[in-house]
Amino acid sequence: MDYLISGITSITWQEFFMYVIGALLIYLAICKDFEPALLLPMGFGAILVNLPASGVLDQTLEGIGKTNGIIEWLFHVGIEASEALPILLFIGIGAMIDFGPLLSNPKMFLFGAAAQFGIFFAICVATLLGFSLNDAASIGIIGAADGPTSILVSQILKSKYIGAIAVAAYSYMALVPIIQPAAIKLVTTKKERMIRMPYNPKSISKTTRILFPIIVTFIAGLVAPQSVSLVGFLMFGNLLRECNVLKSLSETAQNELANLITLLLGITISFSMRAEAFVNISTLLIMCIGLIAFIFDTIGGVLFAKLLNLFSKQKINPMIGAAGISAFPMSARVVQKMSLKEDPTNHLLMHAIGANVSGQIGSVVAGGIVLKLVSDLIH
Amino acid sequence: MLDRFLISLEIMGKGMLGIFIILIIIMLIVMLLSKITKEK
Repeated sequence: MDYLISGITSITWQEFFMYVIGALLIYLAICKDFEPALLLPMGFGAILVNLPASGVLDQTLEGIGKTNGIIEWLFHVGIEASEALPILLFIGIGAMIDFGPLLSNPKMFLFGAAAQFGIFFAICVATLLGFSLNDAASIGIIGAADGPTSILVSQILKSKYIGAIAVAAYSYMALVPIIQPAAIKLVTTKKERMIRMPYNPKSISKTTRILFPIIVTFIAGLVAPQSVSLVGFLMFGNLLRECNVLKSLSETAQNELANLITLLLGITISFSMRAEAFVNISTLLIMCIGLIAFIFDTIGGVLFAKLLNLFSKQKINPMIGAAGISAFPMSARVVQKMSLKEDPTNHLLMHAIGANVSGQIGSVVAGGIVLKLVSDLIH
Repeated sequence: MLDRFLISLEIMGKGMLGIFIILIIIMLIVMLLSKITKEK
């Protein structure tokens, strides 16, 4: 009978803890609707990879030799060897984004830059807490509020905390409606939150819409070459959408491709949630630093808007700055909801969406710049 | 640790500057493009 109970008796407390984490992620995904497309596969994967002698991981069986496990293989092929899964997901994301509100109000580009401040603040905090530079940079990228970018950067920088980073990135993205209002209120007054911004969109020509992804790729590629895989695939997806001659490809990228990659990405990332790699004090620290990153992203964007107000006649509602993070469309919705709460006739949604899609570009550019700076400085 | 912290401050300065430069260049080009390609 020993062979039947050997699995049960060999469960360690760390593995048991991971079952609880897995169950918690599944609960948050199903009952709280927190990024279910990612948290559910990750939660289930966390259970799969932590079963004793799990068949989804490579094992060495007595008398047979090495056997391959599907999740370990997916991780090596889809993430470790080529970063293919997060990069391919960017094609789908690019095809989903309408940059129209940003192109008709280009000033919003500035907020996409300012709201990346949390990344760099978090990197500083992580180094102070004793993390190595590549781990600190990977942890800081949680502040990009962009799951695939976090996974890609931490994988390229060979961080051993990729599992915790992915969990933090996706969890906090889901918690944007809770984190951002508190951070915004911390640095704004009621009067500032009530500032009105008339929306007078300029018409955008088809030529501009088509040239935009090509130009962004060129500029980002020439200035920060490490960002090409991120920006390039994001913009390739957007070009599919805007060219109007590849409708079926654009729809496939937005739906089937994005869904398939999301499905595989979540369960593949769970490979890095093995108990021996996940259950330690560093994971707790990473969750805390990730939260700091999101808060300082928001504060950075808001304070930058306040700075612009010192020099411009037409005042900007500082909450727009907070929408400069990449979490789309949650962040824009938060700003709209808060503005309506202060003044039910003050609609900021379109401005906020402009800043929010700018954050999508800002976050991938930030990822590329962090990769370049860290690799140069480590060298 | 202090060395690492100083490097991270350097990354912060250079990183934020880099992001702003790239996005401002893109913003200016978009503004120019919108003017040039304005539909009449």
